[in-house]
Amino acid sequence: MIPAAFDYVRPADLGEALRILKEREGEAKVLSGGYSLLPLLKLRLAQPALLVDIQALGGLDGISRTDDDIRIGGRATHRRILDDEGLAEVLPILRDAAAGIGDPQIRNWGTIGGSVAHADPASDWPAVLQALHATIVLRSAGGERVVPARGFFVDPFQTGIEPTEILTEIRIPLPAPRSGGSYQKLERRAGDFSTVGAAVQMTLGEDGRVTQLGIGLTAVADAPFAATHAEDALRGAHPGDELFREAAGAASRQSRPADDSHGPAEYKRAMVTEMTFRALRAAFGRALA
Amino acid sequence: MTTQHISVTVNGTVHEADVEPRLLLVHLLRDTFGLTGTHVGCDTSNCGACTVHVNGMSSKSCTMLAVQADGAEIRTIEGMANGAALHPLQQGFWDQHGLQCGFCTPGMIMQSAWLLAQNDNPTEDEIREGISGNLCRCTGYVNIVKAIQQAAAELRAAAETQAGAAASTAG
Amino acid sequence: MATVYESQPPTTTPEVGGMGHARKRVEDARFIRGAGHYIEDINLPGQLWLDIVRSPYAHARIKGIDDSAAMKVPGVAAVITGKALETYKLAWMPTIAGDTQMVLPVDTVMYQSQEVAAVIATSRYAAADGVAAVEVDYEPLEVVVDPYKAMDPSSPVLRPDRGEGKQNNHIWHWESGNRAATDAALASSKTRVKEHMYIPRIHVASIETCGIVADWDSVNGTMTVHMTSQAPHAIRTVLALVAGGAGLPIPEHKIRVITHDIGGGFGGKVPVYPGYVLAIAASFLTGKPVKWIEDRSENLQADSFARDYHIDAELGVSAEGRITALKVKTLADHGAFDSQAAPSKFPAGLFNVITGSYDFKDAHVEVDGVYTNKPPGGVAYRCSFRVTEAVHAIERLVDIAANEIGMDPAEFRMKNFIRPEQFPYTSPTGWEYDSGNYHAALQKAMDMIDYPALRKEQAEKRARGELMGIGIASFTEIVGAGPSHDFDIIGLKMNDGAELRVHPTGKALLRIGSQTQGQGHETTYAQIVAEELGIPAADVKVEYGDTDTAPYGLGTYGSRSTPVSGAATAVASRKVREKARAIAAHLLEAAPDDLEWTNGKFTVKGSPDRSKSIQDIAFAAYTNFPAGMEMGLEAVDYYDPPNFTYPFGSYICVVDIDKATGEVKIRRFVAVDDCGNIINPMIVDGQIHGGLAMGFAPAMLEAINYDELGNNLAGTFMDYLLPSAVETPRWETGKTITPSPHHPLGAKGVGESATVGAPPAIANAVVDALWHLGVRHIDIPLTPPKIWAILHEKGIA
Repeated sequence: MIPAAFDYVRPADLGEALRILKEREGEAKVLSGGYSLLPLLKLRLAQPALLVDIQALGGLDGISRTDDDIRIGGRATHRRILDDEGLAEVLPILRDAAAGIGDPQIRNWGTIGGSVAHADPASDWPAVLQALHATIVLRSAGGERVVPARGFFVDPFQTGIEPTEILTEIRIPLPAPRSGGSYQKLERRAGDFSTVGAAVQMTLGEDGRVTQLGIGLTAVADAPFAATHAEDALRGAHPGDELFREAAGAASRQSRPADDSHGPAEYKRAMVTEMTFRALRAAFGRALA
Repeated sequence: MTTQHISVTVNGTVHEADVEPRLLLVHLLRDTFGLTGTHVGCDTSNCGACTVHVNGMSSKSCTMLAVQADGAEIRTIEGMANGAALHPLQQGFWDQHGLQCGFCTPGMIMQSAWLLAQNDNPTEDEIREGISGNLCRCTGYVNIVKAIQQAAAELRAAAETQAGAAASTAG
Repeated sequence: MATVYESQPPTTTPEVGGMGHARKRVEDARFIRGAGHYIEDINLPGQLWLDIVRSPYAHARIKGIDDSAAMKVPGVAAVITGKALETYKLAWMPTIAGDTQMVLPVDTVMYQSQEVAAVIATSRYAAADGVAAVEVDYEPLEVVVDPYKAMDPSSPVLRPDRGEGKQNNHIWHWESGNRAATDAALASSKTRVKEHMYIPRIHVASIETCGIVADWDSVNGTMTVHMTSQAPHAIRTVLALVAGGAGLPIPEHKIRVITHDIGGGFGGKVPVYPGYVLAIAASFLTGKPVKWIEDRSENLQADSFARDYHIDAELGVSAEGRITALKVKTLADHGAFDSQAAPSKFPAGLFNVITGSYDFKDAHVEVDGVYTNKPPGGVAYRCSFRVTEAVHAIERLVDIAANEIGMDPAEFRMKNFIRPEQFPYTSPTGWEYDSGNYHAALQKAMDMIDYPALRKEQAEKRARGELMGIGIASFTEIVGAGPSHDFDIIGLKMNDGAELRVHPTGKALLRIGSQTQGQGHETTYAQIVAEELGIPAADVKVEYGDTDTAPYGLGTYGSRSTPVSGAATAVASRKVREKARAIAAHLLEAAPDDLEWTNGKFTVKGSPDRSKSIQDIAFAAYTNFPAGMEMGLEAVDYYDPPNFTYPFGSYICVVDIDKATGEVKIRRFVAVDDCGNIINPMIVDGQIHGGLAMGFAPAMLEAINYDELGNNLAGTFMDYLLPSAVETPRWETGKTITPSPHHPLGAKGVGESATVGAPPAIANAVVDALWHLGVRHIDIPLTPPKIWAILHEKGIA
């Protein structure tokens, strides 16, 4: 319940924050909303010497749009994403996901950047970002990298982020016309982490075939991953329930769930099939609408 | 043990303190400032008994550091009544028997206050979703829903009266 | 927004506020402002903090404890180990079940999260740092978690301390009923249904955990203990006995236990936990107040568990569809120490009420308690002394039997219910049920939910392959422990005291031995006085919880407040009324027998203008009382209940099952309860809503499971899932009112009824949805993976 002692600093701008992270490399942890980090500190599972609170860094919590992409600041809260009507219209999958993360208080303070960098293997954003083929912007004192979400999530709580970096932005390609997405989360109770989370974003061509597709899964492997076998099965095909079921089965076979308090692996594999199927169907319905 | 100097405004009053960076906000409120209405009910940020408002947003004060709240405006259960006049939510919980042991109640009221500030006419589903981060063991939630519905109606009526008064003075 | 509350018609005005009035709660004035006074709010000058080092192993030898690093942590004042306590004869303590329990282990740890050492420090944070710095060297030992294996002679003996002749893990054997007659009746029954049922461990998880501030005043030789306790007087006596046994100079009159506001009890705050004893010992040793508040993880992993019963039960049914006999054999997993709160002659509590609401002659019930490497406890979570376990078993069996013989479960129950004219009814295991009308309650529930329409809908849905279920539970509860001839806890008789004093200006002070943890006693007990004396409830101050001033009581659990302490209050009020009569006679210059009492005043028969109010009488009690009479207007009563009371009810639950995921959605839940005459119908409804939620939770969400190494798999709120407002169903409630013939107010108590009745109603609904697939029984909790596995096995999912 009580964290071990640490020092705390609240830099006024991004440059100062990145300088501190470089100086104190390996000793410092970034504090964004705090709703992922504080629980770890209280269990003493993490004992950093220094917390670098980035709440004062301006310009990192907004949502904007360019000609090519939607840009969400790393400090944007789940609440902000959930409430954004413009986002909900163009990418309803984001609202689906934000609505199910934790509870209202968690959504008020937890940030997408903090959550993504924390990379709980059952958290929701990593699956969604991989379905969206999103990219992740990482800043350090040495510069900026933009990395694909696919490949960023390596192991439980391990990503491609360096200890000297801050996740400043998420970039999501603007969906083409005739696109739809959905996030289907199976949980034991409101506010729970996913038993299975399935994210689907698809675009249909004029002939009705699937031209773009992304399927992301969480809670059923060491890290959230893209169900590439299922994507391959559907890309270029005419969507329909039977094909969705087949693809969902492929997603299930690509999963590596573990037995735990959410259920046995056999159950989770079956639920990957079901939730992926539901996400495919719902995404398809939105693409047609 | 290095401490940092912080300044927080709690229920309209500025408080200064020298705190360890690891001091949880809930302990700042309870132990340093003596505002014991906010309660601790768990250690994994699930129960919501510690809910307060920080800069107008409801937050679980066990999941925040006091130093994070430096410079912030905080509202706790102690700041809900206006002297002897209860807030409509406090009145609603009382009238509708929305509490039994009272331990989850301050957090529940604070979360409800935030909910009603976002949505002044929530459906029952929206109310239940709105308090999904606040666990109650005693009431089975039925009367808590009624309490919030009563308060919502009262707040809407008061807002309409105010709006009416403003319109008539403006006109 | 006025809610209509059901109760018997009040006989007093709303201003007086006697029984039947939905009086708003007095205690809320402080709770809604955050001005409650809970244990964590108590801070005494100079106080030290206590925190506890806990074992990661379920069974291990302690090779050594190194406190050197801990002692260097700034603020840490001391580290206490079992070896240190041993020198004070405090390493072990007696339990309220007649066993002994380690305060701290001297050499062997018995369950995961058991207390191993205590750190005393000047702040909460320093104490936590101290705990993190203590190094313990463990040698893991073989772990026993399966209670059946524990009963096997080849298992390690977990409690070698029990001495010769007891070198096994079997704690006790208890029997009730007639084995031979039951076996014979079963043998000659047309149908026999048998089932094995496991009711898993669950945890009360009141939102406030347990805590204490122990304050030894070495100058005056007094020990003041502020703590979360549902039974402060019993605790005081136990502390006195333990201190005496350890040779410490802390006699009972110098011990004061004060409970303040308690954030939920549900039975979890009855036992004496090692943390309490450690804080008291530490205060005695240091001469300073010592505060211990457990974290949620500690609470979930080390104390307050409930259930853990493995039940084999068999029901016999005649050709006419009448129950003939019931045979039950149960293994009770008590963890490493038997520390449950149960009356001393009843180690399985009131479990043998398992014959339920049904009229038949023969039953035999046997229970064996066994030790395992798990935390101690067992009686908690609104179990009403194991009635939750009993009712779950009989209501499941009744449903299985009804379905086996092809009879509708409602019809089967109606056919077998004890009939109203049979009360008082003596059950096959010897309980005398005071009153009941089971047919009326079930009929009312069926009417409220439109039972025939639901069965029709179910048939239609089943034909389409949809899974819909309807489950009934018709429970008989047994509460109000208990009559002195058979019931005591560590010898202390379960008779509660009430002390009523009326002041000159007609206001009153009531002190009681019960201990509210949210039940609203400050409000409802005043209503009892208002009912009996006509003093407005608002004029009655109710006090409890301070053992220096409150009369002796065994506390509040097992729904015993209204049946015992409420009765004492009524009788004390009547004693006051009798003295008031004599004073009134004196004032009115009439014979006492010529006076008529109507609520609030005595009137001379035939002369309606000659009367004296209770307020007039109160003033006269101090200013103008008959010669030879003692001044004042007060009385004490210690109530020895002649019998338990038997609340009852019928619950009906409708579920729809998602075939793909195994998720169960409760579409409707109707609860008809009968708790006799009602003191405050608003509070009764609140108790039922909360009780239903604490029945829903074990049925669907909550269970504590251990792996084969004794690791707790649900040790935090991340995995021990309490229901939120989202999953909790929208309860529909109704009442019938069948007063208790022996209770002074005709009231029965209701706090645990809903927790007793809800789980079997839900379990019956889910099995009902799947019966046509060949499913007879599913153990709770009815989680989606469990349901899915069944559907998968049947080829549906």
